[in-house]
Amino acid sequence: MGRNTYVQSIKDALSEEMERDPNVVLIGEDVRLGVFAGTRGLHAEFGSRRVIDTPISELGVAGAGVGAAATGLRPVVDLMFGTFLYLAMDQIANQAGNMRYMFGGQATVPIVFMTQNGGGLGAGPHHSQPMHPLFMNMPLLKVVAPSDAADAKGLLKAAIRDDNPVVFLNQLSLGAQKADVPDGDWTIPLGVGTIKRVGSDVTICSAGLTVHRALEAADLLSSRGVEAEVIDLRTLKPWDEALVLESVKKTGRFVAVDESYPTCGAASEWAATVAEYAFADLKAPVQRVSNMPVPMPFNPALEQMVIPGVSDILDAVDRTLVKVR
Amino acid sequence: MDAPELNSKESISSSLAIDIYTRCVRIRRFEERVGLLFRQGKLPGFVHLYIGEEAIAAGVCAALRNDDYIVSTHRGHGHVIAKGGSLDKMMAELFGRATGYCKGKGGSMHIADFSIGMLGACGIVGGGLPIAVGAALSSVTRSTDQVAVTFFGDGASNEGSFHESVNLASTLSLPVLFVCENNQYGEFTPATEAMNIANVADRAAGYGIPGVIADGTDPLAMYLVASWAVARARAGSGPVLIEAKTHRRDHAEGESAFLAGQQYRSEQELADASGADPIRKLIEDITSLGLASRETLDEIDAITQEAVEESLAFALASPEPDLQILLEDCWVT
Repeated sequence: MGRNTYVQSIKDALSEEMERDPNVVLIGEDVRLGVFAGTRGLHAEFGSRRVIDTPISELGVAGAGVGAAATGLRPVVDLMFGTFLYLAMDQIANQAGNMRYMFGGQATVPIVFMTQNGGGLGAGPHHSQPMHPLFMNMPLLKVVAPSDAADAKGLLKAAIRDDNPVVFLNQLSLGAQKADVPDGDWTIPLGVGTIKRVGSDVTICSAGLTVHRALEAADLLSSRGVEAEVIDLRTLKPWDEALVLESVKKTGRFVAVDESYPTCGAASEWAATVAEYAFADLKAPVQRVSNMPVPMPFNPALEQMVIPGVSDILDAVDRTLVKVR
Repeated sequence: MDAPELNSKESISSSLAIDIYTRCVRIRRFEERVGLLFRQGKLPGFVHLYIGEEAIAAGVCAALRNDDYIVSTHRGHGHVIAKGGSLDKMMAELFGRATGYCKGKGGSMHIADFSIGMLGACGIVGGGLPIAVGAALSSVTRSTDQVAVTFFGDGASNEGSFHESVNLASTLSLPVLFVCENNQYGEFTPATEAMNIANVADRAAGYGIPGVIADGTDPLAMYLVASWAVARARAGSGPVLIEAKTHRRDHAEGESAFLAGQQYRSEQELADASGADPIRKLIEDITSLGLASRETLDEIDAITQEAVEESLAFALASPEPDLQILLEDCWVT
């Protein structure tokens, strides 16, 4: 067990998988330099054939990744910032997300599109938006959003080994966060969530950055005698519905906390599922805590107002504690 | 660039010429049959026929190995057939049947045959170019000498994906043939209005790769330029842009339904287009070079027409896809 940063975990995962399988390649802008340090040093280790710097051409690079994946390689395409995925959208949505199905099973596309998702570092409107709901809605793309260094490593290794196209979302502001990371070749299965804090009074469901805010809120709730169960989904698509429904059966209260916009955000998906399938278990209406419905502003204090904060989560929990009928 | 040093038509063997002719005729007879079926209202969806452009697919694919890759367009029947595709599976796919290449889930614009390196036709203009670049990247990474060919139209050469793909292939020096089928129209807009240069090939200089203009109505000429470009790419000298000048019939069968009575091409233009028949040109070449007799060619044509009818019978006898087919080919588990 070693204590590593999130960024170090990304690098370790890439390095281990590239060592293990010669078909794994890393391709993107400045992957040699490693803009977020997650890819730094890999070029020295694996050379130019495996670590490929490209011009700034997100559509072309994403599509090249798709073509390479369809012809025997297992590419990790680093698209740097989530918002840049808009430039690559045809290749992600129309090609990677369709090829296996529309070609009647002839194509296998084991590609990972890796990028940063969401805000928190004052990077401004073009570098801070949440992207995951778009991809969650597409039928055949997997979407992964780790919340800490340990999960990041296990999930990235699993994503690379997965034969389906995966959108892998790191959260920039988690980069320097440390966690205990198990040694050895271990992976976390995609589609499996985990309970990060056991509780009996309310289920708080989240992924990525907001898991930490949920845990903070849970500590504050505990001092008031309310024990929250915090679920970290880890994979957004497919997501671990059974884990959530089982938790709500126990607690009877549900709060979805999601760093994306209210309309058709991930929180909507989780809340609707709970309302539909756990109606009889609910003591109060489902609650959603999402971004404020504005583009991501530059000013850091404003930015923090947009992203779900601890007080927003506490308010939502309080709404579930009000006697309804 | 200066014209590359190509072999002459005299260097083409009898068997190769017959091979190219066979590919052309298979495309022509299949497409004619499909056009008729569409006009009879028997096909769902839309079809974009390759009639008149056979020289390009046939000439280029004759220069490729089975394990070389091609990526195609919405006008892709010709490419699949020229690469060695099955008429049965194609016809069944056009009818949406379970026995089609894509089990009825792709249709005309998404036919693929991965067993012959055909990585798919594509409904997005310009969508295939980056994929071909990726296939070439894959070949280089795996140290094979496979090449990738991406067919696309003059319209696609105005898409961002074209510029990104050519630049990427150039900077990474990848074995890609960019084959632009300039039939002078992007949907219903003439190429002269869609760009301010006379030749798509002129764009190659902007990316540091050779750009060659070829006669897209001449099958043997297309073969010669393609085999030059393929050999060059296989030897590691990087990508080439080939602009094949040609004509097309309609954008899509039944396009009059979209046009509401508007005429977008002059009578003279339409006459010119039908005059430049690549198969007639090929027959002239083959017979004048003494590579085969007219009887041999006619026999191939007759056999082909039978094969097309058989493919139709196969398609019509095939079952519709069911719910199980609808739900399969999703996740790899």
